[in-house]
Amino acid sequence: MTTLDLVEPVRASTPVEQKLAPRRYFLFALPALVLIAGVIILPWLFTLVMSVMEFKVGGAVEFIGFQNFIKLATDARFIESIGRTFWFTALAVFFPILLGTWAAVIFHREFPWRGVLRTVFIMPMMATPVAVALVWTMMFHPQLGVLNYLLSLIGLPPFAWVYDPNTVIFTLMLVEVWHWTPLVMLIVLGGMAALPTDPYDSATIDGATNWQMFRFITLPLILPYIMVAVVIRTIDALKVFDTIFVITQGGPGTASETLNIFLYLQAFQFFNLGYASAVVVVFFVIIVALSLLLLSLRQKLKWNT
Amino acid sequence: MSDFAKRSDFASRPSRRLFVGGAAAGVAAPFVLRSEALGQSAFNWKKFAGTKIDAMLVKNPRSDLLQAHEKEFTALTGIEVSSEQIPEQQQRQKAMIEFTSGKPTFDVCMVALHVQKRLAAKGKWLDDLRPYLADASLTSPDFDFADFAAGAVGFGRQADGTLDTLPHFIDFWMIYYNKEMFEQKGVTYPKTMDELIVAAGKLNDPAKGVAGFVSRGLKNANIPVWTSWMLGQGMETVSATGQLQTDTPEAIWAGEMYKRMNREFAPPGTVGFNWNECQTTFMQGRAAMWLDGIGFATPLEDPTKSRIVGKVGYGVTPPGPKGHHSALFGDGMGISRTSTKKQAAWLYLQFMCNKGNQLAMLKAGAGSPGRSSALANPAAQEGSRFNKEYFECLAASGKIARAGLPQIIPVTEFRDVFGVGLTNTLSGADVATELKKATEAFKPVLEKSEQG
Repeated sequence: MTTLDLVEPVRASTPVEQKLAPRRYFLFALPALVLIAGVIILPWLFTLVMSVMEFKVGGAVEFIGFQNFIKLATDARFIESIGRTFWFTALAVFFPILLGTWAAVIFHREFPWRGVLRTVFIMPMMATPVAVALVWTMMFHPQLGVLNYLLSLIGLPPFAWVYDPNTVIFTLMLVEVWHWTPLVMLIVLGGMAALPTDPYDSATIDGATNWQMFRFITLPLILPYIMVAVVIRTIDALKVFDTIFVITQGGPGTASETLNIFLYLQAFQFFNLGYASAVVVVFFVIIVALSLLLLSLRQKLKWNT
Repeated sequence: MSDFAKRSDFASRPSRRLFVGGAAAGVAAPFVLRSEALGQSAFNWKKFAGTKIDAMLVKNPRSDLLQAHEKEFTALTGIEVSSEQIPEQQQRQKAMIEFTSGKPTFDVCMVALHVQKRLAAKGKWLDDLRPYLADASLTSPDFDFADFAAGAVGFGRQADGTLDTLPHFIDFWMIYYNKEMFEQKGVTYPKTMDELIVAAGKLNDPAKGVAGFVSRGLKNANIPVWTSWMLGQGMETVSATGQLQTDTPEAIWAGEMYKRMNREFAPPGTVGFNWNECQTTFMQGRAAMWLDGIGFATPLEDPTKSRIVGKVGYGVTPPGPKGHHSALFGDGMGISRTSTKKQAAWLYLQFMCNKGNQLAMLKAGAGSPGRSSALANPAAQEGSRFNKEYFECLAASGKIARAGLPQIIPVTEFRDVFGVGLTNTLSGADVATELKKATEAFKPVLEKSEQG
């Protein structure tokens, strides 16, 4: 008698049992459902309700329909903050992706001290955003900051960094690039480690250059991983608050006031919770739409498609 | 036999009874004397012994001192204190949310009078302290409320006469100046705002990395700079009847002054400067003058942080064309209206704001106290890191102090809306246009705030 003979054949479930199965298993899913309802669905419903109310802490609460949304549509500061958020996001996604991919290509190669240098490279990512922001704030100081001192050493005039409405977004983007390029590098590097070696052997035999191998083999193969990094970076960049708030508080003026800063001001400085809830609803729609777009792009870029 | 003769007789012929009595008096004397020194002989501080109160404070050196005095307070009263210090912005949010909830978790709360005064009144946050002051069984005879400066009390008092806080700390806006730079350029401290512009021009030396003047440019934080100039026109941003005066010729004049001082004589990047950037710039000898609150003086005289120790001059804000005022800010301490331990909380307020503790605040360089006696006390200057001019500036500013921010509910929105407008002027925008735009944007917010 073999071991296989000892195993009792699995009895196929009857149609009635199959019908009852979801109900039986529902009990196991119940705790998770309660938790999700409590911490996600209910707050969301409450936010939706608040968004159609005149709701100011310490003031009267009354139903006002879509007045908050109508006001948002004509609020120049809100509209400008949306534009600024997209611009900042585009920059804070593009440059880390570009530099992170480049860094991954470099760190994928064998060279002395590679492990140590990789560790050094990912160190910014480990730092707390608020601490990072405070250090950068000191470095940006136009008179006493180290950055302008370094510029002066090479004979360049001082730069205004975050103290000029025209350069503030680019400067904040620099902080984001410094902070999050290592994350992109890690994701792409992980993807590169999984790449097959055969195409490279064939390409080498065919006399392909390094650039051609990167352009026609590596890049298409790592594109799905880059897309993962793009999705993560986009969501992160859209919701950046700490870095901007600590360094500029949305200034000078409103030059770096993104949607999150606008939202914070309305909710926690002016205590206009109804209006702030309407901003949250709009922001949520934007994030969901963007995420869906990026996820569908990612599906299209999968290897098997 | 005269009394004197009787006493002499006791001294020459000591009895056992006299000896025991004298010994008892000797043992008790330190306690009696201490008690009398504190002026507590006729007052029962132990009335609420065993009670425990909670205090919500703002994180700053003054709260450190309050917490340091807690043990002494508990020893005197038998009341336990649980206090927490929360950073300013978060403390204001917490106060707003907890008071609105109707059940705040604290009995005593520190309130920023320049931001939360009207809010506290409208929300009925705090108890009126006048009945406590009038009650001899609750107020120690040596508390001497009249010792609080009239300006400070006026700043804390609500429009209907209610006094819901003790103004324990007041801050005046004045001008810090670098005496060495003034001497080198042969400039004397300006006597008017016009002279201030001339002096800033003479002291401004961008080639050497020295600005003639520095002040806040960051939106929201920049409002007191503008209102300081506006007080030189004898006018506040909101009238006594609640009307906005922010687009009047006087407001525009102050806006132009703000724009000119920050564009022509301030260091590059001032548009993003809050008090800390200004302080660093001045402290490192990169600016000749700095307009801000006198409460920021301490690090300037700290050799481990400052390059200008001993060179700092403390000047009263010069008069403008129509008025001479120093912008006034301050904190008060009040008792939560829903507290169940109000009397114990009142004892805490009395003790923490007594003459000794207010003097200790001044001596520690933690800020200017609300009591006049602290400033008048020679002990304040003994061993102080500050020079005589500092104390003179405090006293002189106190005499001409006037609210630096409007006493309205939406102070934060006011600071934000007008702050953005003023910041825009530093990028070249027209002052009158920006102030008009901000006034139009803020008017409905102000009107709405007083409804409901």
